[in-house]
Amino acid sequence: MTDFSKNMINHIDTSQASRRKFLIGSGAAGLSAAAVALIGGKEALASKYKANEHGDVTILSTALGAEREAIAAYQLGAESGLLSKGVLDVAVAFQGHHKEHADVLAATITSLGGVVPAAPTQYNFPVSQLKKERDVLAFAAGLEQGAVSAYLGAVPLFDNRDLSAAAASILGDEAMHWAVLRQALGLNPVPGAFVS
Amino acid sequence: MYVWTLLSGLFIVPQAFASIGNGAFADGAEVVELDADSYSAGEKLYGRCKGCHAFEYNRVGPKHCGLKGRRAGSLDGYRFSEAMKQSGIVWNVETLDRFLKSPTKVIPRTSMGYGGVKDDAERRLLVAYMLQESTSQERCADE
Repeated sequence: MTDFSKNMINHIDTSQASRRKFLIGSGAAGLSAAAVALIGGKEALASKYKANEHGDVTILSTALGAEREAIAAYQLGAESGLLSKGVLDVAVAFQGHHKEHADVLAATITSLGGVVPAAPTQYNFPVSQLKKERDVLAFAAGLEQGAVSAYLGAVPLFDNRDLSAAAASILGDEAMHWAVLRQALGLNPVPGAFVS
Repeated sequence: MYVWTLLSGLFIVPQAFASIGNGAFADGAEVVELDADSYSAGEKLYGRCKGCHAFEYNRVGPKHCGLKGRRAGSLDGYRFSEAMKQSGIVWNVETLDRFLKSPTKVIPRTSMGYGGVKDDAERRLLVAYMLQESTSQERCADE
């Protein structure tokens, strides 16, 4: 990793990550309520929302699965012993974001009358290929890139436009993760004017 | 280096993809082995799938090793939607191209909530890459 990348990583405010961990650990219900309000999961939404509920709930459920997998992947990276302090702090911060996304998605599924799918008991990761910090960063960058594309592909499909807006908001966060990870890998953090 | 161009003010197409993608299929049905540039471009496009898929193992989405010739929804160890299982699709150039163009239109109740790869050249190249890699001896030795 370049010195510039290390400096950039170190400048990320990890106190926010600590705050998120606190919020999630001590008051997930409060967080979800606030987040659901943000995402448009108001009571009126559930009552007016019938036209394509299967489709929207299905998309949200798939997104929840991807967020849970990302949480597990960052946990794997954090516990690998391969990450330096600055990178570890960032990984924990990003994991916190994914936890917030997952909380919002689960709460929204519930608010729409859907059933939150059970979380898998285990995940498949290319553990044998993760031998140094750079491998972990590259693995995480790949997941974040894929997440950007997945949300981009989901945004136009929601019947409810509030959900499209919320998915776009999450997309923006994933794109920032991807850019930071690319920077840490010594790659151009923003390789183009568009994502796809 | 890919050069992007605006077409009709609406669609953005990487020119390198366009030129490579048009040659990805020999006769419109069968995949030919991709040359190095096309393979690299296809690999880059596959990055879009990595939020949910991998070749070697199941994730949120099913693994892609063994995809070529597989009946949709038939992979052991992955929980598919009923819609996918009932689709009757067998994955080949034509079916994968059609599905990836608009997954929820081809299989309305699929779990794959993804709008699709709309650019024909990109999609053609992605399909060629996926089907070639799905039979890779190195990558898919367990298949």
